[in-house]
Amino acid sequence: MKKYFLGIDLGSTTSKAIIIDDNDHIIGRGITNTRANYTVATEIARLEAIYNARFSLLKMKLEDEIERKPEYRRYLKDVESVFQYLQFKRKLDRLNIQFRDTIEDTFNGEKKENISGYVDHIVKEIGPAILNEYLNGNLGQKNQFFRDIVSEKYNKEVNGLSKEYFEPMILVYDKSISHVENELTEYDFRELVYQSMELLNDKYADMEDSTPEETGVGFDSELNLLKGNYKQIYDSLKGHITFIANLDIHITNMVGTGYGRALLPFPEKSIRSEILCHAFGAHAVFPATRTVLDIGGQDTKAIQVDSHGLVTSFYMNDRCAAGCGRYLGYIADEFNISLNELGPLAIEATSEVNICSTCTVFAAAEIRELLNVGQKRSDILAGLHRAIVMRAMSLIARSGGVRNEFTFTGGVARNQAVLKYVSDLVLQNYGKEIKINVHSDSIFMGALGGAMFARRSN
Amino acid sequence: MSKEVAKERSMIIQKEMITRLFKELSGARETGKKVVYTFVPGNISELILSFDMLPVYPEINALQSGMRKKSGEYIRNAEQHGHSEDVCTYVKCDVGMMLNGNIGPTGEKIPNPDLLLLSYTGCFTFLKWFETLERLYPGVPIAMLHTPYQEAHKITPDMTAYMVKQLKEEVIPKMEQVSGNKYNEEKLKLMLQNSSKVEDYIIKIFDTTKNRPSPIDAYFAGVYYIGPINSGFRGTPEAIDYYAELYNEILTRVEKKLGPITPEGEMEEERFRLVVEGPPNWTHFREFWKLFYDMGAVIVASSYTKVGGVYDMGFRVNPDKPLESLAEYCMNCYTNLNLQQRVDLLSKCITDYHADGFLVNSIKSCNSFSAGQLMIMQQLERKLEIPIGFIESDLVDPRYFSYSNIKNRLESFFQMLKQRKMIQTLP
Repeated sequence: MKKYFLGIDLGSTTSKAIIIDDNDHIIGRGITNTRANYTVATEIARLEAIYNARFSLLKMKLEDEIERKPEYRRYLKDVESVFQYLQFKRKLDRLNIQFRDTIEDTFNGEKKENISGYVDHIVKEIGPAILNEYLNGNLGQKNQFFRDIVSEKYNKEVNGLSKEYFEPMILVYDKSISHVENELTEYDFRELVYQSMELLNDKYADMEDSTPEETGVGFDSELNLLKGNYKQIYDSLKGHITFIANLDIHITNMVGTGYGRALLPFPEKSIRSEILCHAFGAHAVFPATRTVLDIGGQDTKAIQVDSHGLVTSFYMNDRCAAGCGRYLGYIADEFNISLNELGPLAIEATSEVNICSTCTVFAAAEIRELLNVGQKRSDILAGLHRAIVMRAMSLIARSGGVRNEFTFTGGVARNQAVLKYVSDLVLQNYGKEIKINVHSDSIFMGALGGAMFARRSN
Repeated sequence: MSKEVAKERSMIIQKEMITRLFKELSGARETGKKVVYTFVPGNISELILSFDMLPVYPEINALQSGMRKKSGEYIRNAEQHGHSEDVCTYVKCDVGMMLNGNIGPTGEKIPNPDLLLLSYTGCFTFLKWFETLERLYPGVPIAMLHTPYQEAHKITPDMTAYMVKQLKEEVIPKMEQVSGNKYNEEKLKLMLQNSSKVEDYIIKIFDTTKNRPSPIDAYFAGVYYIGPINSGFRGTPEAIDYYAELYNEILTRVEKKLGPITPEGEMEEERFRLVVEGPPNWTHFREFWKLFYDMGAVIVASSYTKVGGVYDMGFRVNPDKPLESLAEYCMNCYTNLNLQQRVDLLSKCITDYHADGFLVNSIKSCNSFSAGQLMIMQQLERKLEIPIGFIESDLVDPRYFSYSNIKNRLESFFQMLKQRKMIQTLP
């Protein structure tokens, strides 16, 4: 039986899971927002990593077919997206039931009737809209959490209602979402994949008559190929999917890390500090790494490592939100935009506004003042991104500076504006010969390090 | 680890000594003894005692208030009195204690000062602290003893002469005036003979950490061991008796191959040996210590036990040259050493006591220790390739002790040391 190893990083903002094989190759990734019930957060991340691992193993199994027929790749990508939608849909159905319970317990009379009607309307709007985004858009690749997807749509609808219903509607949401988030739902992989394929069949059937001219510049050759032979792909995949769904992904050993590590249901020997795990993960992905900067939700770490990936010293900011990812979350709220929109907006800046406040809360007051005096949103955002990076640079300086190579990890590394300022400032302060590494899996480095420790201590 | 902790004889002796001193202080007005407020670094208690006066140490009172959970309130009172959030919390705790009736650690009132002896040894805050005390005790005489910094890595004859001049022209005349007694050099010489013996004991005691397991913790227990010399017993025969007893107890532990005594009994397994830079946190002292002994970490040397005098590099008082000795003693205090000398001293400790790691406890409100700490860390890391850890807390402000933050960092640090040890033991 093949051996697999699991690393769980229970962070303050997100919980991540990574599954590796006995060659340290990542085969499964899972991520969710950390919530009050840490065990549920861990389990959701773990299950997600296992579903993801099954898809990875399926792709590995079909490597030759994919090589020969590129439409297979597209088909599997679509299946994975719809698979995510079906999980979303079940949670939404559960949330809808919870909405009813909350409304029943909280309101009465006409108000109850009206709120119930509004919620009905919102749920009916959200379901198809989200299906469309998973099926035809790229929501599946965005790694957005259930809470964020629903709240974005829900808030948009609520904003259109009369003011007197704003607070009650938000109350219904807040009270209901926590219940649903803290429940664990396990899915039958095979059942969900089959359902996904049925939905896809409908999608491709509807597209059969379209021509390249109709799809315009975005003409998709893989999709075009699929249209002609999706039924054939469907038939040939069925057997493979049954095999993968029945495959026992045996986790031989696991290691937990992150802020909530002490609360993980793991034995003490399977708990490691996130400093060691982040460094080990980053070093595994980029073996020449000597300095690691990790900007997470609620802490920032500067870590120096030796040639084996072992930590020689580290320096942390776990006191001040102004140097962490949460700062950006707070700022996004202030600007009433989503976290994902921050970086792209800041990149558009023509100049950077100097942000003086060294505190998250006071920075918000400064933003309002700057908007009042007519500064552009993008320029203010650029200044804010620069400010967070300046704090990280000071942390790096205190930890002993940047040594070549430099690897940037953590959820914030996905933000293009942060990345731009980190690159600029590292090169300016430590020389142009410094190689800067950022990986698309940057947010998973702690979990990866954990999984690697699990393999080594097995 | 056994929960039954029998008090050793030295602990009982120390407690009796301190109780006696505070009793004597509380009765000073009746007995007519004069009281001198001064500081632990550059603590020339032999001279004070030679005039038959009693010393009071505001830092010691502050740390005692911290341990007795009184400092939070005192600090708030001092802040209401106008002191900023960033001022040294020893100062604010002392001021707050004064504003609350100046009740000392034994519950007895500490008398007002008859003289403020400002022995300045590298901590600029001391100047401001005594300016504050001068305002709180209007009319009290002040004797300033300025200690030149060891900027050029050494004490020159001119520096010693400068200090002796101050002792002769400023400090001694004021002491004569306040106490009504004449300067008695023979008495001072006898006291310095006692100090010299105590200094030998201190070196021997802290040198026992060379053993494995180390019989003592040179930080958490070390701050108790330096209690008597730093709170008014330098130069006294009681100090010799105390340190002789303590040394014998420690030698017995060495013979039996016992580890340090902790508040929860003997530490059974020594897993990590550390050198620590910076003062401890006093408001959560027991919790703080527990974070180390639970992990099997023992501190084999610490800089804070050297604030009241550094003897590791060979300095001893010379009773034949009393004033020169006092001067050199002051100039040799840890906070009066330049940063390179501190690196050399810590480096010697790390090497001599076979430390696995170096840890800094950075104190939020202490300029004197914080300045240069990062440079010290980086130099030691480079020079000795030793793993470095960094934690943050405060002296006596309970608002700045975050158990979970410190625990999180220490866990990472200890795991880092463990990993290193595993690699080093690989064939």
